Amino acid sequence: MFNYFLRRLLYAVPVVFGVMLLTFVLFFMVQSPRMMAKRNLGPKATPQAVENWLHNRGYDKPLFFNTSPGKSWYDSLFFNHMRSLIMFDLGDSDSTGERVSTKFKKGAVPSLLITVPAFVLGLYLSLVTSLFLAFVRKSKLDVGGVIACVVLMSVPIMVYVIVGQWLIAVQLSWLPAFGFTPSGLTTAKFLMLPVLVYVCAGLGGDVRLFRAIFLEEVHQDYVRTAQAKGASHGRVLFVHVLKNGMIALITLVVASLPFLIMGSLVIENFFGIPGLGSLTLDATRTSDFAVMRASVYLGSLLYLFGLLLTDLCYASVDPRIRFK
Amino acid sequence: MPLLDVQNLRVTFVTEDGEVKAVDNVSFSVEPGETVAVVGESGSGKSVTALSLARLVPIPPARYDGGKILFDGKDLFSMGRRELQAMRGAKISYVFQEPSTSLNPVFRVRNQIAEAIHLHRHDVKDVRAEILHLLDLVGIRDAARVMDAYPHQLSGGMQQRVMIAMAIACRPALLVADEPTTALDVTIQAQILELLRELRKKLGMAVLLITHNFAIVANIADRVLVMYHGKIVEQGTVAEVLRHPKHPYTKALLACIPKLGTKQRRLPVIDHELLASQQP
Repeated sequence: MFNYFLRRLLYAVPVVFGVMLLTFVLFFMVQSPRMMAKRNLGPKATPQAVENWLHNRGYDKPLFFNTSPGKSWYDSLFFNHMRSLIMFDLGDSDSTGERVSTKFKKGAVPSLLITVPAFVLGLYLSLVTSLFLAFVRKSKLDVGGVIACVVLMSVPIMVYVIVGQWLIAVQLSWLPAFGFTPSGLTTAKFLMLPVLVYVCAGLGGDVRLFRAIFLEEVHQDYVRTAQAKGASHGRVLFVHVLKNGMIALITLVVASLPFLIMGSLVIENFFGIPGLGSLTLDATRTSDFAVMRASVYLGSLLYLFGLLLTDLCYASVDPRIRFK
Repeated sequence: MPLLDVQNLRVTFVTEDGEVKAVDNVSFSVEPGETVAVVGESGSGKSVTALSLARLVPIPPARYDGGKILFDGKDLFSMGRRELQAMRGAKISYVFQEPSTSLNPVFRVRNQIAEAIHLHRHDVKDVRAEILHLLDLVGIRDAARVMDAYPHQLSGGMQQRVMIAMAIACRPALLVADEPTTALDVTIQAQILELLRELRKKLGMAVLLITHNFAIVANIADRVLVMYHGKIVEQGTVAEVLRHPKHPYTKALLACIPKLGTKQRRLPVIDHELLASQQP
């Protein structure tokens, strides 16, 4: 067990390194550090100001290998960045100069305020709906449910955003369309619409997938055994089928858990929520490499952590799985 | 009065290629404490007949097209869902072919047997002691260990013993064993059959044994039904049917059994076209 997790952690090292390398290459393929400086300082910046900007932030070093005499080969942009990331020193924002870690701490709260309620509500709704559809399988209700799912899936998330804002905020004026305040009950008002849109956008796909997983289980032999024992429909479904279905469900659910903290790019942007999603998007707009590499780095770490967590949960649900 | 009385049972499967009469006008009865074997090849309708006895055939794709199943004089088709669930496992219980998939893989043996007890026997105070007793009844020596095991940690024979323990948990009047030994190797087969015979004596229950294996029938059954294409083509005591088969299908089926000590290059194969032309 311990060896298994140690090995998994070691596998994570090349994965994270690869992700960082790719991010680095892609970012600097599009623009040079000099372009970044000009963009941040404005078009009227003097060449000296640009040089200073580059020097202060360490962007005047070569990209990968330092070949100038008297310097070690790894004194370069890429390796300096990697070193500070490994020490979890996220550095300062290239555009505002603020500590990146402070920015992330500030952004995490609004992100979680949206994603956690949306995740819990969405999971609950899709589990109940899909078990119900599996129960009434092949009936008209089931067919209708699947059609509704496909419709929900086919509508792009933008449509949910626009229709939600137009209908609930503008026409009915129940909730504010846009914005965020970090205090008390007003916060809840600002959160409700984004959460609702988030749930609706994910519901169709999840129900369809969960239903397929449960239908796979419904035809297994142990279901017939449970029926032959005299268990009620509800018991067969919510005890026998659910626990077996969990094995497949867990991959999807647990792996997505760490991502809740990263927020949603689209939703946060369209509802003006100052979370980690908007932070990342703003960073790409303003060529803020420090913020971008930090969010990619944290994102990939969280993803690997999610996979590890999935493995742990597997073992707790399915006794047949043992780590070697 | 017979324990089980099946009259003109018809079960049809609706498939995309049309309807299939899986069970076609089948009538038979089982007396209390009697062992009846149903013999036939794959697809002859014997398993569907067995499952119908507790209305376990999934609808759809199947459809009950008529007939009566009287258990203890009560018609199963006039029972409500609750009444049916109260009877399943308590009065009619099942042992299936593949113990490794028929047991729920994610629950411990203890919990699966306990479920059968909790569902029907509210008088049992010490469930743990009852589980140990049941495991002892089916010949499991280290019951305390097996109780806490998951199905995949047991051998096929042990799994089938657990299935049987679960099936007799409520002392049913009828045990339906649907090919209980097909998935097991030969030595274990003999042990499981011996166990079934022993339990029938101890508990006084009737056994309906579904099989395609005539060798099993001779050892354990009182009476035999031979099924072919959803119909019962022959029935009688074991001695009658085995020694003097009347129906050409039964004769053909018996001819397929390899005999010890005789030199035969190829076993005979049932010629279905020939049989169809000979149908009486």
